[in-house]
Amino acid sequence: MEHQNGSDVSQDERIKAESLFASLIKKPELGAMAGVILLTVFFAFTADSSMFSLSGFMNFMTPASQLGILAIGAALLMIGGEFDLSIGSMVAFAGLFFGVCVVTWQLPLEVAIPATFLFAAAVGSINGTIVIRSGLPSFIVTLAFLFILRGLSLVGLKAATGGSTQMRGIREEAENNWLYQVFSGEAFPDLFIWLAEKGWIDTFKSGLPKVQGIPVEIIWFVILTLVATYVLRRTPAGNWIFAAGGDKNAASNSGVPVNRVKISLFMVTACCAALVAIITVLDAGSTDARRGFMKEFEAIIAAVIGGCLLTGGYGSAIGAFFGAIIFGMVVIGLSYTDFDQDWFQVFLGAMLLVAVLFNNAIRKRVTGER
Amino acid sequence: MQNAALEANAMTKDQPPIVEMKAIEKHFGNIIALAGVSFSIKAGECHCLLGDNGAGKSTFIKTMAGVHQPTTGEMLIDGQATTLNSPRDAMQAGIATVFQDLAMIPLMSVARNFFMGREPTIGRGLLRRFDVKTADEITMQEMRRMGINLRGPDQAVGTLSGGERQTVAIARAVYFGARILILDEPTSALGVRQTSNVLATIDRVRSAGIGVVFISHNVRHALAVGDRFTVLNRGTTLGTAKRGDISHEELQDLMAGGQELAEFQSSTGQAI
Repeated sequence: MEHQNGSDVSQDERIKAESLFASLIKKPELGAMAGVILLTVFFAFTADSSMFSLSGFMNFMTPASQLGILAIGAALLMIGGEFDLSIGSMVAFAGLFFGVCVVTWQLPLEVAIPATFLFAAAVGSINGTIVIRSGLPSFIVTLAFLFILRGLSLVGLKAATGGSTQMRGIREEAENNWLYQVFSGEAFPDLFIWLAEKGWIDTFKSGLPKVQGIPVEIIWFVILTLVATYVLRRTPAGNWIFAAGGDKNAASNSGVPVNRVKISLFMVTACCAALVAIITVLDAGSTDARRGFMKEFEAIIAAVIGGCLLTGGYGSAIGAFFGAIIFGMVVIGLSYTDFDQDWFQVFLGAMLLVAVLFNNAIRKRVTGER
Repeated sequence: MQNAALEANAMTKDQPPIVEMKAIEKHFGNIIALAGVSFSIKAGECHCLLGDNGAGKSTFIKTMAGVHQPTTGEMLIDGQATTLNSPRDAMQAGIATVFQDLAMIPLMSVARNFFMGREPTIGRGLLRRFDVKTADEITMQEMRRMGINLRGPDQAVGTLSGGERQTVAIARAVYFGARILILDEPTSALGVRQTSNVLATIDRVRSAGIGVVFISHNVRHALAVGDRFTVLNRGTTLGTAKRGDISHEELQDLMAGGQELAEFQSSTGQAI
């Protein structure tokens, strides 16, 4: 009796030592990272070498970042157990509000930008409150808002411009403001001029660098990814997001303010859409009603490729980061190859399917389900 | 050691109960779910609440846990008449309940589950963050104390067995200062080995001076750890028996409401 219960209680003989591979494969972001590597290899063989030059890199990172900002919001919301199908329409709606602030009301950017974020957060909280109060699936509530917000954007644009679905003249109003630099154009131009003088990056004949700086959306995207990762992994709020998405009854029985967490996530997602709206509207100098069209699906696809479970409670912001990069690489990368560019939809659908199957298998491994 | 334990035991005998429920009635519309149930629980004892399905066990413990408020009757905590308006009130008074769903999230790690909703933090203001290191250490230590060796604090709860999950939930309640621990059918879905682990955990918790309310419809499990036994039948109780004063068959009979089971047993000649 004694020797049975004695020294070896510290180890359960039935637990196998975990290999590095087995512990790695449980990380939600692994699939998307592997995807980026595979795509890099694929394009290294098939694409023009200029794709992986500095300007080629900025070329695919810019759309990847615009999508990625949405994907980070979508990923947080998915981990929290909800969907938002209205983020694409929210981009157009926030763009309209921002345009009206700047052009019609002649507000300076210092007021227009915070106002746009507040406005988006308010719409997000309406979305969230309806989902929470009604207990309906967020899928159907936000599907309604997909149409409502798109329609309101059209009607609002026509009312504001006197019949046009495009509002121009935003850049002219905004470009002299210091905040314009934060939300538009390229960051660190001096650094790139310096690099060009040193001869470390490609230049035009005039000596000016071919890439004048890092597009601001890339910087916003990276910052947002880092913040989201920190929140998820290292704050109580992060634990609440996982808990709310994993099992909302269990979470609220344990004292997690589930409703507050979910409504906040809807607000964050809407603010991500507003950020994309501000960046792209300032970049184009105009806003139109088709802005953000279909982006809700692309953002959710990026989040799923990044390892988020459709059922909630699992995923990562870093995964969504790589998911969005995969998206940008495929969309832009195909134009560097001899393939017909319309293959990208096939490619994307296939990626999504593989990702979902992969995630499902991972989930079973993590939970030890058989 | 043994003497000290005996003394402690003798002391608890004379102690006033931590929680006393007096003639609790609970009506839902025209349905009388509880028709006057009295129950008490002292520090360091395991009081078993037995009853068949529909006897009112769940309603009763939910009343004790602050989920329901009694229609009539009185609840005393430390001798003071108290009204619990929410589960949070109950927790504040030191009454923790482990319901059958355990309030555990399979996809999350044991440490994250352990501190769910009550995360330890370090830093201030914007830098206030989840103290993962402390959470991991406490989780490992508390689980070791309950006799479970985790692979690591990041092991997902989904990979634990039913008994181990039950133990995590109990350890969590104890760590967060439970004086009374209500366990809702903790052994009902478990195999033989797992059941004995959970019963051992109950014994461990009781020796730490916590009062355990053990809800079960399995007389064998109740007799294995119980100090006192109260049987609920159709919303009423037929009194409380001490360990040694009542036999397996008597308890079984009380639960079934007497007659039919006894007749069935006499015809088969076996205990159920």
